[in-house]
Amino acid sequence: MRTPDQTVDEILNLAATYFKIPREKLTPDDDFFKTLAIDSLQALDLLTRLEQHFHIELPDYELQGVSDFRTLASRIQSRL
Amino acid sequence: MSSDGISNFEGDALSWQLKDGVIELALHREPANEIGPGMLEELEKFSDSLERAAGAHALIMYSTLKAGFSAGADLRALYEGMQKLSPGEAVRRTREFLERIHRVLNAIDIAPLTTIAAVHGVTFGGGLELALVCDLIIADKMARFAFPELRLGLIPGFGGIPRLKRDLGNAVVRDLLLTGRSFNATKAQSAGLVSQLAAEGEALRIARATASQLKKFDRQTSIAAKQFIKPIPYEELRREIDIFCELFTRPAVATGLRKFVESTDAQPYLP
Repeated sequence: MRTPDQTVDEILNLAATYFKIPREKLTPDDDFFKTLAIDSLQALDLLTRLEQHFHIELPDYELQGVSDFRTLASRIQSRL
Repeated sequence: MSSDGISNFEGDALSWQLKDGVIELALHREPANEIGPGMLEELEKFSDSLERAAGAHALIMYSTLKAGFSAGADLRALYEGMQKLSPGEAVRRTREFLERIHRVLNAIDIAPLTTIAAVHGVTFGGGLELALVCDLIIADKMARFAFPELRLGLIPGFGGIPRLKRDLGNAVVRDLLLTGRSFNATKAQSAGLVSQLAAEGEALRIARATASQLKKFDRQTSIAAKQFIKPIPYEELRREIDIFCELFTRPAVATGLRKFVESTDAQPYLP
């Protein structure tokens, strides 16, 4: 079972790889829309990659109002 | 015009060509293949051409755009039309639009050839309804499927619910419809919506390989099998138009459409 810190770390690694951003520039409390410079369609891409990586189903309504990696990680953690 | 009676076409929203018995219909209206009056006109032209495509055994529809197969109805056009017209006239025009698109989608649904939607990215609302008329959906693993219409105070209007109900169990239909959430391709396949999964960027190649396989079978047998397994739910489709139009004049719809059209935040496609 992953710890919350491991989950957020894996999310940051995945986001850095997919959106080609140096990992060290991403922190758990970043607004991922701003840091990754993505819109909602790209956020859905990120959601799909997260679902594939963690082997979970995360309904997109659970992302409503979520914009930082740490909160996103907590939503994922509750489905692991 | 080709010997099979269907001319190749290059339009603003759609292009199609016939090659080796397979019609390839490409969607390419920026930014995300929103289905509005312009695309409908070209879909009608395509539907008319399809009647002359006796030599084709398969149809593949796909998008050339990075965003995905289609984000659905052109909500901006819908909202702008609503603003310019009286409520009664807006409903009359909306019903006319829906009846036209139902005619086109019913014609593709029942077409005497095997139809494949090769989808990727967003396949939402009217885009999902377009894919649902096809016999097979082959999905890139990054595809997502949703009926977000309830967020706007509406139901899907291009035949989505009756066709989804025809193809899937009611529990899945209710989940997609009533929560407005999106399914990824893996979930969509496990639910029975998607027939084959493709690696990223490979859906069209796999659709072409599938179309090539279909050519091996006797055409009349394929048509008979399709007619047997895929009845068109005409009565429910007509009822869908009525319900859509009943809902359309409610203030919640104008509010929902305005919120979407005027949105400057980064999340208009999230519920």
